[in-house]
Amino acid sequence: MSDKLRLRFEKTGRAVYISHLDLMHTMQRAFNRAGYHLKYSEGFNPHPQIAIALPLSVGTASLCELMDFKLKEEPELAALPERLTAVMPEGIRVTEAYEFTRKVAELKWLEIRGVFEYDEREPAEMAEKLREFYARDAIVITKKTKRGMGETDIRPGIREISFTPGEKAVDITTTLSAQEPTINPELLAEALRQLRPELAPDFAKFTRIETFDADMQVYR
Amino acid sequence: MDKRLERILPRVQKPARYTGGEYNQILKNKDEVDIRLAFCFPDTYEIGMSNLGMSILYDTMNSLPFVWCERVYAPWGDMYEEMKKAGIPLYALESGDPVGDFDSLAFSIGYEMAYTTVLDMLDMAGIPLRTADRPELLPLIWAGGTAAVNAEPMAPFLDLFVVGEGEEVDNEVLTLLREAKMGGWSKHEFLVKAARIQGVYVPSLYEVSYHPDGTVAAVTPKDGAPSRVTKRIISDLDKVPFPTKPIVPSTEVVHDRVSLELFRGCPRGCRFCQAGHVYRPLRAKKPETLIRQGIESLENTGHEDVTLLSLSTSDYRQLPALCDGLLEYCEPRSIGLSLPSLRADNFSMEIMERLQKVRKSGLTFAVEGGSQRLRDAVNKNVTEEDVLHTCSIAFAGGWNTVKLYYMLGLPTETDEDILGIAEMANQILHCWRVNAKNKNRGVKITISTSCFIPKPQSPFQWEAQISLEEYLRRVNLLRSAITAKNVTYNWHDAETSLIEAVLSKGDRRVADAIEEVWRQGGRLDAWTDYFSFRRWMEAFETCGVDVDFYAHREAGKDEILPWDHIDVGVRKAHLWHEREMCYKSQLSPDCRHQCAACGAAKLLTGGIKCDER
Repeated sequence: MSDKLRLRFEKTGRAVYISHLDLMHTMQRAFNRAGYHLKYSEGFNPHPQIAIALPLSVGTASLCELMDFKLKEEPELAALPERLTAVMPEGIRVTEAYEFTRKVAELKWLEIRGVFEYDEREPAEMAEKLREFYARDAIVITKKTKRGMGETDIRPGIREISFTPGEKAVDITTTLSAQEPTINPELLAEALRQLRPELAPDFAKFTRIETFDADMQVYR
Repeated sequence: MDKRLERILPRVQKPARYTGGEYNQILKNKDEVDIRLAFCFPDTYEIGMSNLGMSILYDTMNSLPFVWCERVYAPWGDMYEEMKKAGIPLYALESGDPVGDFDSLAFSIGYEMAYTTVLDMLDMAGIPLRTADRPELLPLIWAGGTAAVNAEPMAPFLDLFVVGEGEEVDNEVLTLLREAKMGGWSKHEFLVKAARIQGVYVPSLYEVSYHPDGTVAAVTPKDGAPSRVTKRIISDLDKVPFPTKPIVPSTEVVHDRVSLELFRGCPRGCRFCQAGHVYRPLRAKKPETLIRQGIESLENTGHEDVTLLSLSTSDYRQLPALCDGLLEYCEPRSIGLSLPSLRADNFSMEIMERLQKVRKSGLTFAVEGGSQRLRDAVNKNVTEEDVLHTCSIAFAGGWNTVKLYYMLGLPTETDEDILGIAEMANQILHCWRVNAKNKNRGVKITISTSCFIPKPQSPFQWEAQISLEEYLRRVNLLRSAITAKNVTYNWHDAETSLIEAVLSKGDRRVADAIEEVWRQGGRLDAWTDYFSFRRWMEAFETCGVDVDFYAHREAGKDEILPWDHIDVGVRKAHLWHEREMCYKSQLSPDCRHQCAACGAAKLLTGGIKCDER
């Protein structure tokens, strides 16, 4: 029964710079501090059985990270978020702990908010041009694939995208394909650098907001 | 977070080193403290966060309610470039505030190759490098650490040094600094008062004059500063605060585990060893204290490894009781216990067997000298028999890698001694053939040599270092003597050792060259990525620093050494006696067998005795 546990957590503020690998280690220690005992794999070099869905890029924040784990004991799930959050580094907050029923493979879409910062350009004008650009039927960019550099159309992986001009920046709300294919929000800025450099922002940052399945129902 | 920083961080390697926010970091309200202190480590985050001294003093200095002590490390090259480009000054990890605005910067300087990084961090903070160019009381720039046993090369840059262990004296300095800040004292007024605290060395209160031949003529104190600065120690290690809530880094560092300090000082007295002399007298913690601190630290950090630190772990009298107590907690929780610095004896092997149930890592011996004669001369009490005996047990138990560390250029070393190194490797190989159960896996013996560096406050402080050419000749002699294919020989470059020799034995006149190296781009010189031998040699040339005078010249018995006014406890006469014993190739008994009356016991207070017997 303690084998199918899932944690939902936020990774914001200074914690966005913790890499995926370091986060696994950080989680493991947080469990130790909170007095929970993770199950370990068998074998020569045992490691705790934890899996974080959809590794987050360094610098990207999230309000909806998911981590599956196994415990030796049967914990009181309701108390778990608070107990873990109390021993987390700054910026990591556990919001839910529950037994999961759905496989990570069923997670299909991610709602993401982002900011394109423009130091010298007019945000309203940029927003207009961005809308135009992302209305294209195909956005083919060159990116690293498993077989070296290749051409990819990222447009099918963008379900929705909207732009709102703000102070020296354009705010973005978008829904991107989380896996198969994975559309990293960084590619939204990369596409501009490759295809419309005059629209490319001076800096871009993103926050994952929510996870959805193929039918756009909230995924847990 | 600073907007400029936010743009840089995604571009640099391992950005989590530059953000702070780790678990157990100490946050205070900056409006509620009187002194904001930047505790600076002149090397990378990964190295600094592995340093137990930093962890201890971060805790003790923050125990003062009027002080907020924050951490600062030197950025790696990519981050350094980005910060320069964006105009971001050096900032503290906890608050992200520029350290140039702090009341004080305290550096922990553990090794000479960090000197240029100290200057670089000052510059990144926008602070003038030289104490003479900082007329105001604030910011106070001070330092402690092993480098303080010869502070002279850095004397023009630092307002004040603390000599010895910092747990008490650092807080005394901070308390005085607060009084000075509140009372509007001048810098000079503060420094004169600070110099009266035991363990505080204010270089600007000492006038150094030189003989025509370049040696020191006199070191004259002024304004009431003591003629010799006596090192501070903590007499009772069971009572001194120890951080059982250390910061848990959110990214990988070098030593990522709980560290427990068994004792300070060393009973062995190896004559080349600075640490073995400057950390005396011997003071141990009780096993109960260590077990309690270990368990608390593990629970507060979630670490899965704990290690025991000291200069010679096997010399901790109650090692079995301590290991039993810790293992009782660790084993059921799959927490690993590791013991570095074990000696080559039976007990060590037993304990290693117990600790390393799964992995058989390699055996490492610091043999130092190639023959018994030379080992006796440097007082390194390891015999060939010890090494072979330990190896035979280890090979029978399944170990198959052995590493041997030696120094070339030790006083009295001959070619015969050097050939003895190759001979010992052959003996170990033979030992493996006789004892190994499974020979299919082969054996790997690695010999490493480094170049001996004479260190201040050790019995070899008068010694000359061998030249680069001579080191290479000795390396080649050893290379040609090693024939077995299972034996690998690695030799460390002697270029760094030469620079280190000049800096360790240097006086105030070396400071200009340190600054010149920094001006030519030198920083993080402990890293081969950044170290440039040419830059150092050119700077010595430019600043008129004679390398031969500092590194290759033997000092006379009655010569005033540049660091003689720093009293680490051990008497100069004792060091000289030890040096004479070297030239007779005679061992001195270790402290446990016979107290040599080295002098360090005078530092103890409160009725506490040296742990020598």
